[in-house]
Amino acid sequence: MSDAGIALSTVAVSTVAFYTGWLCLLAASAFFVTAALGLLRFPDLYSRLHAVTKTDTLGLGLLALGLTLLDPSWRTALILLLVWLLVMASGAVNCQLLARYNLEQDEQDEEDDQHVR
Amino acid sequence: MTDTPLMTAIELYLTLGVAVFLLSLHGLMTLHDPIRRLIAVNLMGAGTFLVMVSLARRSEVPDPVLHALVVTGLVVAISATAFALRLIIAAHTEGGKQRDREDRNTEGGGKQPP
Amino acid sequence: MSAELLPDMTLTLLLLIMAWGALYAPQRSDAMALFIAFGVVVALIWARLDAPDLALAEAAIGAGLTGVLLMHAARALPDELHRSNRTATYWGALAFAVVASLMFLAHLLTDDSLLNAGLLDTDSDVTPSLRVLADANVADSGVSHPVTAVLLNFRAWDTLLELLVLLFALSGLRQLFPRESAPDDHATSRWPESLALMSAWARVLAPLLVVTGGYLLWRGSSAPGGAFQAGSLLAAAAVMLRLTGLLPALRWSSVWLRLSVVAGALFFLSVAAATAIWGDGWLTYPAAASGLLIVSIEIFATLSIAITLSLLVIGEWEDLRS
Repeated sequence: MSDAGIALSTVAVSTVAFYTGWLCLLAASAFFVTAALGLLRFPDLYSRLHAVTKTDTLGLGLLALGLTLLDPSWRTALILLLVWLLVMASGAVNCQLLARYNLEQDEQDEEDDQHVR
Repeated sequence: MTDTPLMTAIELYLTLGVAVFLLSLHGLMTLHDPIRRLIAVNLMGAGTFLVMVSLARRSEVPDPVLHALVVTGLVVAISATAFALRLIIAAHTEGGKQRDREDRNTEGGGKQPP
Repeated sequence: MSAELLPDMTLTLLLLIMAWGALYAPQRSDAMALFIAFGVVVALIWARLDAPDLALAEAAIGAGLTGVLLMHAARALPDELHRSNRTATYWGALAFAVVASLMFLAHLLTDDSLLNAGLLDTDSDVTPSLRVLADANVADSGVSHPVTAVLLNFRAWDTLLELLVLLFALSGLRQLFPRESAPDDHATSRWPESLALMSAWARVLAPLLVVTGGYLLWRGSSAPGGAFQAGSLLAAAAVMLRLTGLLPALRWSSVWLRLSVVAGALFFLSVAAATAIWGDGWLTYPAAASGLLIVSIEIFATLSIAITLSLLVIGEWEDLRS
């Protein structure tokens, strides 16, 4: 009786994990789609960067979480966590680099314009 | 051949390799920018590698000989690319110098100032 | 069509779009960015085709180093030497490419003789010899990973010659620098204020890359990885440090630099000569020492590949003058 109960609860837990995992994956793909839309539709570099990096971070996080739930083991979880952290850090750095460089270029251009006048 | 699917991944990638090769061959022949031509040569290489690796995948255990050849090919491709880029730059700066020299010569001649 | 093909179809479509963009994007910078993305997609395809060795190498070389190389060189060239492509043969030639590859696919799918000849059927493979030989002899090669066994034992000639190709490319590069003039502007002088952030990130990333490179080298004897992958990762680390100005100019006049550039080929050649003179023949390792020999060749080769590749990618006049 108790054995059956335990078995039933494991099944229930794994089923829940399965469906939550797939839900995470679906949500992640929705975020990626919005990121792509933002990249294509937003007017200037800063808002595009905003769209891409924000949704990318969350999307990848959900993707990693979903995959971990579908294949629950410490090894997978650790590797995916590392991947997520690395991508998030490099995404943040790249975003800052692009934005700052663009800002400097804009200021440069303005100065040049003033000199011309 | 009873339950073979209509198309396998290997056939798909073989065709992709051929398509990438042909596409970039076309690019190589029609493009003018040297850097784009170099990209085209690199893409042709990638198409060839695709064909080789798809052929390696035919057996249950992938063919290590073809994999080893492609690993070697990747490194050779990048060293050739580096050399070619330097050649392009050298040709360009040399051409620039030559044009400067010609300009100077014509300036000394009967060219009117604007 | 089975659902298993869905990822493959997606990758195929992506790759074709990337290839098209890398060739014909209106701006050259877009074309180069798409070429880098092409490298990433190819790396995914290698993983899909059970070729993790290639995926590792492609990610480091095709997606990493080639991009830096192109960007670095494109700065020295005027923005667009690229003229309009609207020649009369443009669409004709393209249509030829499309039709030819579709015909190839149709041929693959329909022609039984091709299948019977063993192109896609391994049971009646017409050329089984190399693969079967390789698989059968891995146990005696000194390493357990078949690709490494092929690279450094069965076809060690290829690897030796490849190290020589790298050397040739580097010496060719050295010839192409103008003798007298100093270089114009180099990478570090044009870095804007954002350099601070980049170098802080490079400080974090470089040790990670070194550790990963060492791990790949060590693991190469039993699993995907090895000298080429490790060498290209280390080269990527060196390029990053050099571009952010954290690493001083490598000096060609330094004996150590020259020694590490030739170390791989030199050690490989001396092993080959030793086996030819005292052993069973050119590059035939004695069975007892083959594992040790392969690992030591790989260590020297990694060093050479890393230094040579980074010089090839960002080598400037100041790095390479003697």
